Amino acid sequence: MSALYTGPKVCMWTLDHPNPGSLATYVANGGYEVLKKILAEKTPAEQIIEQVKLSALRGRGGAGFPTGLKWSFMPRNYAGDKYIVCNTDEGEPGTFKDRDIIEFNPHQLIEGMVIAGYTLGAKAGYNYIHGEIFELYESWERALDEARAAGFLGNDICGSGWNFDLHAHQGYGAYICGEETALLESIEGKKGQPRFKPPFPASYGLYGKPTTINNTETLASIPWILRHGGQAFLELGKPNNGGTKIFSISGHVNNPGNFEIPLGTPFGDLLEMAGGVRNGHKLKAVIPGGSSAPVLPADIMMNCTLDFDSIAKAGSMLGSGAVIVMDETVCMVKALERLAYFYYEESCGQCTPCREGTGWMYRVIKRIEHGEGRPEDLDLLMSVGGNIAGRTICALGDAAVGPVHSFIQHFRKEFEYHIAHKKCLVGS
Amino acid sequence: MTLSAESLAGIDKEVAKYPVDQKQSAVMAALRIAQVEKGWLATETIEFVADYLGMPAIAVYEVATFYNMYELSPCGRHKITVCTNLPCQLQGADTVADYLKQKLGIGFGETTPDGRFTLKEGECFGTCGSGPLCLHNNHKMHTHLSPETVDKLLDELK
Repeated sequence: MSALYTGPKVCMWTLDHPNPGSLATYVANGGYEVLKKILAEKTPAEQIIEQVKLSALRGRGGAGFPTGLKWSFMPRNYAGDKYIVCNTDEGEPGTFKDRDIIEFNPHQLIEGMVIAGYTLGAKAGYNYIHGEIFELYESWERALDEARAAGFLGNDICGSGWNFDLHAHQGYGAYICGEETALLESIEGKKGQPRFKPPFPASYGLYGKPTTINNTETLASIPWILRHGGQAFLELGKPNNGGTKIFSISGHVNNPGNFEIPLGTPFGDLLEMAGGVRNGHKLKAVIPGGSSAPVLPADIMMNCTLDFDSIAKAGSMLGSGAVIVMDETVCMVKALERLAYFYYEESCGQCTPCREGTGWMYRVIKRIEHGEGRPEDLDLLMSVGGNIAGRTICALGDAAVGPVHSFIQHFRKEFEYHIAHKKCLVGS
Repeated sequence: MTLSAESLAGIDKEVAKYPVDQKQSAVMAALRIAQVEKGWLATETIEFVADYLGMPAIAVYEVATFYNMYELSPCGRHKITVCTNLPCQLQGADTVADYLKQKLGIGFGETTPDGRFTLKEGECFGTCGSGPLCLHNNHKMHTHLSPETVDKLLDELK
């Protein structure tokens, strides 16, 4: 076991100070200095994007797309309005990091969004906040008021003559709105049903205008990168995986919570930071990147480092960095039944394979769990899954299939036992 | 049917966040505010919101039916929504949900005969590290639930 990380943190450093979420704490520690400098020196957008590219910052919402590259897709000489949108619709089971940024470092997110607005030539920005965290929606609105009063937001920002404003938009209970085009539809006051791509939001986004959508943690990392340089951020992590990252660890650990550590940290270190598997139980399986990421058995996971490339090589996804830990008492059929219900419940209903297929998968897994499984059910599940994946407008279909296929692949014996014996292998 | 001056002022504040020709963007907030005042969204409330924002009533109805925190039928004074998704389940949400059902004598989606409590099953609240969790009337979250803390919470909700 390597020594546990105690180095610099990009987003959660405020927790080492009293009043972590306050404007005073942020400003006293160099907050908003980079924004002032950029506006005073009129730093060219190309130069800012260059630093973001150098940092190897990859999207923290799940897809891991290089942020600098995404920013470079925005049309530079577009005459009309453009928008920047932050995705805080954090509803992927296991993920709870962005809520902590809003609670403990809201001003770094505001500064990141204002800088993004300046760089991309946006007129305004919206932060879409998950419906179930209403108290944080209210606290972020208070932080916006503070920033306006201090001259960091609104008209004539820092005396530069430049105007840019930010607003919060609250979701109200729809997982699908975390998908970027569904999120745009939702801001436009419609059902959150994903759009076909292309056109991509950089050319046809909010209200049909060029729009960049980034995750909360991604945007909150921007001020740190521009203050310390893209190279310094890159060196916090590993090549192609720049920076520290917040990992949300939940399930069967003694101390569930958020831990900000460098990308490339061994999984065993994170487990140790979370107090280890609860009550001295044995690790059975881990979902390393939120509920949509394929599950990995303990022995494979213990050999992984936590970065996009290592987890992908092991057959799963780093995703949003949501690590769900399961010990040997878990029935994998029951666990999968709950995840399958989630995707069935949250499918937006737009594409037939997903709308119908998620229901089929849930009902088949449910009957296996409840002792009514049939010998052909595992083949049926693989077949239904194969008819959803890749046949839908957005990634929710694939996300629903990932757990089903991986649970069966790695824990097939448990499913077969349930079907043959009408009861659970765990504890039998 | 109308909404209180306070609710209307809240809706106006939301409308002001969006471009002048995009009032519809405030529909989710308007329905939320209307629901806080009325307890649930009756058809006449939905029609009022539609008129207020200059939208077809069907478009507002679509939104009200799509997002699961809106209530389209009368609800108890205190709606308790429990997350039972996998991370919360691993941390004991089923025990908490069973305890609530037994103590209130109702299942998910039901209301106590005195109209005091409605119990609902929720999907991920994005706060898994503090589970088991519940929401009170959509907006107040209670974390680290156990039968003891559930007893205390229910006692406070008259």
